[in-house]
Amino acid sequence: MLEIQGIAVSQGIAFANAYCLKEPDLSYEEIKVADVDAELERFKVAVMKTKAELQEIYEIAQKKFGAEKAAIFAAHLLVLEDPEMLAAIEAKIQTGMNAEFALDEASNMFIAMFEGLDNVYMQERVSDIRDVSKRVLANLLGVEMVDMNRLASDVIIVSKDLTPSMTAMLDTKYVKGFITDIGGKTSHSAILARTLEIPAVVGTKNATQDIQHGTPIILDGTNGKIIVNATLEVSGFYRRQQRIHNEENEELLQYRSLPSISADGFSVEIAGNIGNPEDAEMVINAGGDGIGLFRTEFLYMERRELPTEEEQFQAYKSVLEKMQGKPTIVRTLDIGGDKNLPYLKLADEMNPFLGYRAIRISLTQQEMFRVQLRALLRASAYGNLKIMFPMIATLGEFKMAKAILLEEKQNLEIGGCPVSETLEVGMMIEIPSAAIIADLFAKEVDFFSIGTNDLIQYTLAADRMNENVSYLYQPYHPAVLRLIKNVIDAAHHQGKWVGMCGEMAADEIALPILLGFGLNEFSMSASSILKTRAHIAKLSKQQLMTHNERILLLSTSAEVEEYVKKNLLSQP
Amino acid sequence: MKKMFNITAPEGLHARPAALLVTAVTPFECDVQLTYKEKSVNLKSIMGVMALGIAPGSIVEISAEGPDAEKLFQTITEVIVSKGIGEEC
Repeated sequence: MLEIQGIAVSQGIAFANAYCLKEPDLSYEEIKVADVDAELERFKVAVMKTKAELQEIYEIAQKKFGAEKAAIFAAHLLVLEDPEMLAAIEAKIQTGMNAEFALDEASNMFIAMFEGLDNVYMQERVSDIRDVSKRVLANLLGVEMVDMNRLASDVIIVSKDLTPSMTAMLDTKYVKGFITDIGGKTSHSAILARTLEIPAVVGTKNATQDIQHGTPIILDGTNGKIIVNATLEVSGFYRRQQRIHNEENEELLQYRSLPSISADGFSVEIAGNIGNPEDAEMVINAGGDGIGLFRTEFLYMERRELPTEEEQFQAYKSVLEKMQGKPTIVRTLDIGGDKNLPYLKLADEMNPFLGYRAIRISLTQQEMFRVQLRALLRASAYGNLKIMFPMIATLGEFKMAKAILLEEKQNLEIGGCPVSETLEVGMMIEIPSAAIIADLFAKEVDFFSIGTNDLIQYTLAADRMNENVSYLYQPYHPAVLRLIKNVIDAAHHQGKWVGMCGEMAADEIALPILLGFGLNEFSMSASSILKTRAHIAKLSKQQLMTHNERILLLSTSAEVEEYVKKNLLSQP
Repeated sequence: MKKMFNITAPEGLHARPAALLVTAVTPFECDVQLTYKEKSVNLKSIMGVMALGIAPGSIVEISAEGPDAEKLFQTITEVIVSKGIGEEC
């Protein structure tokens, strides 16, 4: 038995034999051709054949995935018929190079140019050029490209990479999942796997070498694991997991279009946390009531300079438009701590989590902050935007951040730029000082969002990444629960609402406690939304409230857990 | 003829917006060039356009010479504005 770990990109569990996609042999010889015209003609024929193939794939993809996702093949057709590319190849053939060599040389030149670009998206386009030139090369050599339409039994595809054209040919009747050596969460193949709702694991590095064609494998797309030649015991475990997963999915799907409401009619909002605009679709697919946390760091990372106002505006606008009026909470830049931006040249710190991060940076590097706020304010006209500030410790910080926001808002309005009238401004509660004086903050904010991951680590003074103290990461610690209760009560006293955007919001044990405390919004990863909605539908808020006092008097995390299991999870 | 545009598409002039532009100008007879940071490429070439790596917020210049240049600019402007690729400067 062999276990391989990769990046989980599409949920679910699959059992099938490995179908290893071998790269077709596209080796050729560099020869000097005598008849240049004949060679040019041979090249032209190969391009025509490729064009016909691509058009066929384009049509298949349109039917299977819709026009938007198929558009990539329209771009492939343009690459194929690109005048610069064709001219470069033909010029090389004119000098006596054979078509294969000329094609390879020219496409490598373009690939090198693209790889040199300082932009992840552009670098990924390299695979499009490779895809197109491989096709032409195969036609020149008379080699047949892999044809997955001929599958006749269930398989899990194992491949170095899945090019868009390969994914378009996937027959989901037989393809139960796929595994690739390279790729990440946003590669084409990952997005398509989620659209097709089949499990997928990418970025395994060596899967194509470690897995033999035809061996039985288990693919766990939820945890990014692949088991080759599983023992009976392991295989039994995954069968049960698969059954549970399927049954739960069936049962949960009915909640997709239902409101988030407890058994006794208390309405809450169950929203999704997202890290980039694309994730918004997953929240919508899961039936989320909104977005409770849109982390904006992605806009700033993996680049060499700050994003422009326009770039940010477009990203925020695209999410707001996708959400169609559903509440969308954007958190301003939370950099520092374990997330660094090399181009900001922040000094190394002894205690980065207690150091210069988030709002502390925004308030001192105000121009950067103002650019983000302007982009957000301009985008606010396109949906239901709410803005919150991270890592607020003092009243002064919140007031200052809000004043800067209002100043930018006024400037935009004077300039005639439309800004939402109903924009709410809130803050994260992650620092114990803010949780303790929540009553004072409640007068200033429109809402709170409790960030439990940080609140827990700051309350117990324990780095959640440090294994030696990981036992102190206790969501049910009485101190944490009392802080949360204090925040909720303080907000409600001022007629404000409270959300939670940490992992705790989707925690099965914490859920009944939080509902009893009166939490209004639960924000989590898209995959937990339906489960949480189903759980809340079975709980009675009134009944849970009667336990509040007793829960707050319990003395340890273990006692809380036991109490919940005994009294709150077995409600009728 | 020349005209400047501000590219506003969130990911810049990448595959999809670039494809829209190239497709729109290809049927025209005249030569059309796109210039960005002093580099000029054939706007009928998707590779040329994408290889420039034009980021959002960039200003580009489009120039065309030929009998149908005027018509071409009408089309380009319409595509750029209506598909959210950018705006006229």
